[in-house]
Amino acid sequence: MENITKIVERLGGVSLLPVAVALIAFVLIGAPSSWVTLTIAGLAMGMMIFLMASGLSLVFGLMDVMNFGHSAFVSFGAFIAASVLAGLSGWLGSDLIILNVAALFLAFAAAILFGMAAGWFFEAVIIKPVYKDHLRQILITMGALIVAEQMILAIWGGTPMTVPRPHFLEGSFLIGDVTIEVYRSFAFLLGLAVYVVLYLTLNRTRIGLLIRAGVENREMVEALGFRIDRLFVGVFMLGSALAAMGGAMWAGYETLITPALGGEMMIVVFIVVIIGGLGSIEGTLLGAIMVGLMANYVGYLAPKLALTSNMILMMVILLWRPNGLKPAVK
Amino acid sequence: MSILSLKTMKTNIGQYAVLHDVTLDVPQGGVFVLLGRNGAGKTTTLRSIMGLWRPSPGSVFFQGQDITTLHTADIARLGISYVPENMGIFGGLTIEENLVLATAKGKFDKERLERIYTLFPALETFWAKQAWSLSGGQKQMLAVARAIIEPRELILVDEPTKGLAPSIIDAMADAFREIAETTTILLVEQNFEFAKSLGRDMAVIDDGRIAHSGSMADFVADKALQDRLLSLSA
Repeated sequence: MENITKIVERLGGVSLLPVAVALIAFVLIGAPSSWVTLTIAGLAMGMMIFLMASGLSLVFGLMDVMNFGHSAFVSFGAFIAASVLAGLSGWLGSDLIILNVAALFLAFAAAILFGMAAGWFFEAVIIKPVYKDHLRQILITMGALIVAEQMILAIWGGTPMTVPRPHFLEGSFLIGDVTIEVYRSFAFLLGLAVYVVLYLTLNRTRIGLLIRAGVENREMVEALGFRIDRLFVGVFMLGSALAAMGGAMWAGYETLITPALGGEMMIVVFIVVIIGGLGSIEGTLLGAIMVGLMANYVGYLAPKLALTSNMILMMVILLWRPNGLKPAVK
Repeated sequence: MSILSLKTMKTNIGQYAVLHDVTLDVPQGGVFVLLGRNGAGKTTTLRSIMGLWRPSPGSVFFQGQDITTLHTADIARLGISYVPENMGIFGGLTIEENLVLATAKGKFDKERLERIYTLFPALETFWAKQAWSLSGGQKQMLAVARAIIEPRELILVDEPTKGLAPSIIDAMADAFREIAETTTILLVEQNFEFAKSLGRDMAVIDDGRIAHSGSMADFVADKALQDRLLSLSA
C-alpha cells in the first residue's frame, strides 16, 4: 500500500484526481463520444470558474480577507463585456475574423480595466478599514455586493440580457463522431493560458516570490524590507480583473445573463477555493476542474443530483483533506 | 557608542501592558544578550524594535535616528534584520528562494554566499529543497543565513537555540561569533550557557522592565544576582 501511495505521489498525487474522475465517468457513461463532449464541457467550465476563483484564492491567502463581494466583479465583468459586444454587433457579424477578434478583445479589455479600477477602489475604501477583522469583512463585503447588484439593476435593468458571440466562436467542429463547441475550446485554451501566465509569474518572478512568501508569513516579508500593503493593492486589482474576465467569459458561454449571475457563481467559486486550498493557484485550478467535470458528468448520469454534486464533492474532499487538495504552505 | 537605544519604551498587546519601562543601550559591535524568564518581555522588546508592535509611549533610536514610528519594512531597510523565535522561514519556498528574497536586488553577492556556505554547509547541500522539509537545526541555519545575506548593521535574534540538538547549538555559537566580527547582534536567549559564551554585554529584563545591565563577565561572576534575576524560584 505504501509503495502504491509513493508511486501515485510521484506521478502527481492529488493532481491525478481529475484523471481518476474522468476514467470512472468513462466507465459509467459507456459512450465514448458523449464522454469526450462532457469532458471538454467540464474542462471549459472549470477553466472559466478558475478565472473567477483564482483572484479570490490569492486575496484570501495573501491578505486574509474574506471578500464576499468578489462576485460583484464577476457580474460587472459580464455586463460590461456584454454591452461592449452588443455595441460592436456589426463587427461580430462580420466575416472578417480580425473584426471579430477586435470586438472580443475590446470587450475583455473593458471588463479587465473595470475590474482593476473597481478592485483598487474596493481595497482602498471598503477592505482597508477592516483588515484583520473577519466578521466586519463579511458584513461589509456582503453589503458592497448588495449595492453592486443594485447598481447593475439600475444600469442594465432586471430583464435578462442577451450576449452576442463573435462569429468565429459560434458553432462546433467534429473530430471523428465527437462534436466539440468552438466557444468551449476557446474558454479552455484561454483559461489554460491565464493559468500558465499566473504560474510563471508566481514561480519565476520576484513579485511572484513575494506573493508566495506573503501568503505564508506576511510579517516576515515586511521584516525583510518589503511593503506588503502595496503588494496587497496589486494582488487585489489582479484578483478583481481576473474575476471580471471570468465573468466576461461566462457571459459568452451562457449567452443570457441576469444581475443574479455573480451571486449564483459565488457559491461555486467558494467551493473551488475551499477544496483547492486557500492561496494556492495550482489548488484552485485543480478544484475548478474537479467542479467542472463533476457538474457535467453528474448532470448527465444523475440529473437530479446535479445541483448537489459540488457540495458533496466539497464535503468528501474536506473530510479527506481538511486544508484542501493543494493548500499553500502556512 | 550605542547602535540602538530604547528610551522608556512601553508596549501593550491588546489590553495587556507587556513592557512597562524599557530603557536600554546596545553598544556597537559584538553580541549583546538580553536575558529573562519566560514572559518577561524579551520577544516583545525585539518586536517593538522592528515595529511589529508599536511602543507607546517610548522611543527607539537606531544609529541616532528615531525609528519608533517607521514601518517595519523601512526599519529593515535601514540595516536591521530579524530572526524571530519561530524562525519565520517560508516553508513552501526553496532555500535558494528564501535567501534570494532577502537580497536587495534579487541577486546573490558571491562572496557573501560563499561565507554562508562555509558557516552552514547544509544549506548548500539542500539548496533546491523546500524549506518545510528541513530539520529544525537546518531551518534555524536558514533563518540566520537570511539575516546576513545582505550587509546589516544590527541583527535581532530571538532564542535561536530553542529545541536544537547540542551539536547544532555549538555550530550556531561558532556562526554567531564570526558574524559578530562585522555586525552587532542583539540576542534574546534563555539558554544561559549559550548566552554567556557569546555575550560581551548583557541586560536582564523582568516583568517588562530592565532589571540589570552590564558586562557579561560581571554577571557571570555574580551568582547571587543570577539566582535573583533568572532562577525560576525567584
